[in-house]
Order: sequence, then C-alpha cells, then structure tokens
Amino acid sequence: MVKINGENLDKDGKTVSEVLADMEINGQRVAVELNEEIVPKAKYGETVLKDGDKVEVVRFVGGG
Amino acid sequence: MIPTHEEMYAALEERHGAELQKKLNKASVAVCGLGGLGSNIAIALARAGVGNLHIIDFDRVDISNLNRQQYFSEQLGQFKADAMFETLKRIAPYCNIIRERIKLDEENIQKFLAEDDIIVEAFDKADQKAMLVNCVLENMPEKYLVSGSGMAGIAPSNMISTKRVAKRFYLCGDGVSDVEDGMGLVSSRVLICAGHQAHAVIRIIAGEFDI
Repeated sequence: MVKINGENLDKDGKTVSEVLADMEINGQRVAVELNEEIVPKAKYGETVLKDGDKVEVVRFVGGG
Repeated sequence: MIPTHEEMYAALEERHGAELQKKLNKASVAVCGLGGLGSNIAIALARAGVGNLHIIDFDRVDISNLNRQQYFSEQLGQFKADAMFETLKRIAPYCNIIRERIKLDEENIQKFLAEDDIIVEAFDKADQKAMLVNCVLENMPEKYLVSGSGMAGIAPSNMISTKRVAKRFYLCGDGVSDVEDGMGLVSSRVLICAGHQAHAVIRIIAGEFDI
C-alpha cells in the first residue's frame, strides 16, 4: 500500500505519472513529495512507488 | 516629517522585542507576484520591519485589481513593482527594497532569487504557482518557500490554513477554491490567505517552524 495524501491506496508498482492520471490530476499544476523529498517533474514517468511509500500531492488552484 | 531610521527601529523594537526585531531586520524575503496576495504580503512584511524585500512582478496596475490589491486609483497603468515600491517606501523608508519588472520562469528563477532567504509564491495562475514551487524545491533546497493556493470566492474564512508540507515548504489557503470555478477573488478572503503567508514568513524568521 502507498499512503497518498494520508490515504492508503493500492498503488504499489505504479509510477507517479500513472497515479496522477488515475486521480485525474493535471501534472502541470502539482508538486509531488515522495517520502518528504520533491519528485522532479521530469522523473514522474520513471519514479515507481513501492509498499510503504508516503506521497503528498500538492494541487495548485488559480487565484492570487 | 519622516522619522529617522533610529526612531523607526526603536518603535519596532518596542513592539516586537529586540531579539525578534534584529532577526526581522536581517531577513531577506522575495515576494514573487504583487497581486492580491503579494501586495498585501509585502506591506505586512514592510510594516513588521523586514529589512530586505525583493518585489517581483512583470504586470501593470489595472482597474480590475483595485477590489483587492494594495494599489491606488491614480496608479493605474504603472508597473506593479514601481507602484508597490513607492507605497512600501512611504511605510518603511529605510527598508532595503529591490524591485524587478520581470517575469520569472524556469530559466531565470535561480539567478533572480539566489540572494533571498525566504521565497514567497504569490502568483495567480495555477500552472505558474506549480512551476515556481517545483523549481525552488528541485534546485534551491536551502530556501524556505511559502506558497498560497485556494482563496477565491466567499467560502468561510476558517477553511484557510497553513500547512507545513515539507521541512522548508509551507502552503497556505484552502487548497480548493479555484478562481476558475466561478466567483472571483474577494478582498477579505485574499487578505486572510496573504495574512497566513506573511505570518508564516515572520514565524520562519523568528525561528518558530511549527504551524
């Protein structure tokens, strides 16, 4: 199980890109932390999640 | 008659205490974007006696900004960086302010923000917010970063909070109220988010890192 924004989800073996697609999230409007380290945008497609990983997906919305 | 530097510093010291004022005076903060968030954040930081402010915006003051941004009707058409510079100098004449009329992008962020201790993201567009946050977190891990996301409309004030997403990355807002969803930005709610961001900056400067 992978903990994503505090929720345990069955995403082991999936990449960050795949998880964002599953969540219907636009990758251009997020920052992703994996075990408290930033995941570089260029590495979303190759970063594979494993059991016990903790992921924070920060979604940005417009307005300021 | 403008008070002397010593008089203004003494007045701040009296309110904040000598130890905190010394830290505020030494701090260097970049405010990226001078719209509803950034203009209010810059003013709060200048009033608190932050010694070095770096204010950045490529845009000009428009009539549609006056509902929430800290500009005056006679400043319409001016660069926001210039208009805000004038206002900040009236509030804090001895603050060291660097203004930039430039658009930050992935190519120039590291160059322009190299000297600042704390970076405040105060852009309006979601993809630009994400761009700045990712660029700073990926390439400038020594910086503190305070970002704002989710403050449109008139939903309750108490939905807006400050989160510490990572050791040096704070995120303020309700995370969901998108300006694209209908209702625009309202002065009071933008101020609340700006207040959260400015206060996160002041707490970081004070060495108080919990939220």
